[in-house]
Amino acid sequence: MPTSELEKYFPVLVMAVIAAVMAASLTILSSVLGKRSKSPQKDTPYECGMAPTGDARDRFSIKFYLVAMIFILLDIEAVFLYPWAVVYRQLKWFAFFEMLLFIALVLVGYFYIWKKGALDWAIPERPRKAGPKTGTNLYREAA
Amino acid sequence: MDFMILSLIKLGLVLFIFMTALAYIQWIERKVIAHVQLRVGPKRVGPHGLLQPLADVIKLITKEGMVPSHVHPVFYYLAPFVAVFFALIPISFIPFGQANVKIPFTDITTNMELTDLNIGLLLILGLSGMGVYGIALAGWASNNKYSLIGGLRSSAQMISYELPMALALVSPLLMLNTVSLRELVNGQEGFYFNVIPRWTIFLMPAPQIFSFIIFMIAGFAETNRVPFDLPEAENELVAGFHVEYASMKFAAFFMAEYANMVTVCSVATLLFLGGWHPIVVPGIGNWIPALVHIGGGAICLYHGLVQPARKWDNITLPVFGVAFIGAGLLFAIPIVQELLAPVFWFTAKLLILLFVFIWVRATLPRFRYDQLMRFAWLFMFPLALVNLLITGLLVAATTN
Repeated sequence: MPTSELEKYFPVLVMAVIAAVMAASLTILSSVLGKRSKSPQKDTPYECGMAPTGDARDRFSIKFYLVAMIFILLDIEAVFLYPWAVVYRQLKWFAFFEMLLFIALVLVGYFYIWKKGALDWAIPERPRKAGPKTGTNLYREAA
Repeated sequence: MDFMILSLIKLGLVLFIFMTALAYIQWIERKVIAHVQLRVGPKRVGPHGLLQPLADVIKLITKEGMVPSHVHPVFYYLAPFVAVFFALIPISFIPFGQANVKIPFTDITTNMELTDLNIGLLLILGLSGMGVYGIALAGWASNNKYSLIGGLRSSAQMISYELPMALALVSPLLMLNTVSLRELVNGQEGFYFNVIPRWTIFLMPAPQIFSFIIFMIAGFAETNRVPFDLPEAENELVAGFHVEYASMKFAAFFMAEYANMVTVCSVATLLFLGGWHPIVVPGIGNWIPALVHIGGGAICLYHGLVQPARKWDNITLPVFGVAFIGAGLLFAIPIVQELLAPVFWFTAKLLILLFVFIWVRATLPRFRYDQLMRFAWLFMFPLALVNLLITGLLVAATTN
């Protein structure tokens, strides 16, 4: 049996060292053992056989930043729930109503984000403009 | 015996079994999907293709370890390292059997786990959260448009599903009031009316079926498995974040994926399916491990000796059959039964969940990206919260 609380982490430490050695050997081994050959074609970024245009480090959608920010806000809420859950049976109704208030406050923000459209990824369909008269319409008008 | 020496021995044993299992989960996956699609799957290397994982590793190691000149070299190497590193650590504190087991013929008592941490669940959540860095870094460092899109999608997806996952895990904690993995399983011991096990998915006053389903769905998304495999959507992104990776660096991502699958299934087993507690009452339940093994052996013998379907089946299948029956007879010995039956139950539940992962991959098509995000934020998150509140209400109402 482990003698101290710190000693319990010894297997985790050993496992971390083994995992580091294993991960490093996986990434490096084939560079050492494999054969080497270079050619300008092989060195270009893969774009399905087309000649690549421009740099890949381009601008991308703001949505990804937005999701990351919302995640941090709501995940902190989830983290606060863990200690609450562990002492729940001791505090009972007090804990329940305290957390109800907390979750309600977070939910206000959640619905605000939702209504602002931060969670919509598909571009909303625009109402179709009335185009030039099509064949069917012409027939209908004639009738 | 000294705790440190004992843990080193156990670590060696667990690591050996874990690495072998990782290699063979891939073999099982290829075989199962092949049979779902009416193919045979790997069968050339060794009997029934059993040496295929070994052949794959040798092939991948001796491939050219190419580093294209347009990548960021440091992060390009760091990405697979990070992915594998954080995927392997959780097995060092996942319990898989009872505490204080006496090993026969010695006076050593030990726990069926490497170490017992009182914050086990939090540590697992933290480590699985780090897994996203491997994929995001790989996508960015590759300097390829497909990789970048794949990496971005994956990061957004993994953090979106982490939220319902974290919330779904709170509900069983509410009922069992601890974050130690061993204590969580100990709280699920026993049976209702000698029939229904007191696992969290059946536990009164608030059976956690919904949070189990939410956790499993989020688990699929966290490990980037079908139907959530958008980062590597072949028909639009070629291979997503690992387009520019080759050789063993490429395989490292898959190793991390399978290790994460094992971790997710272990957590689901420990938190929702009663860990190593048997599914039926001990009287009859003690004989189930033996019966399952002997039954499997009998099926192998029948197909090997009476009805060999393929050329070498009359040699290979009887060997497996005898091995299975031997293991079954071993489980009939009381000392072994006491020692290994909990491990058997844990492994059985784990393998069934892993089979579900493979089954789903063979069955379901892929989500569209906006559907995936809407599903996480507008369905899973509110559902997990409502489930949590109902659980809280029921637990508070029934606690004296």
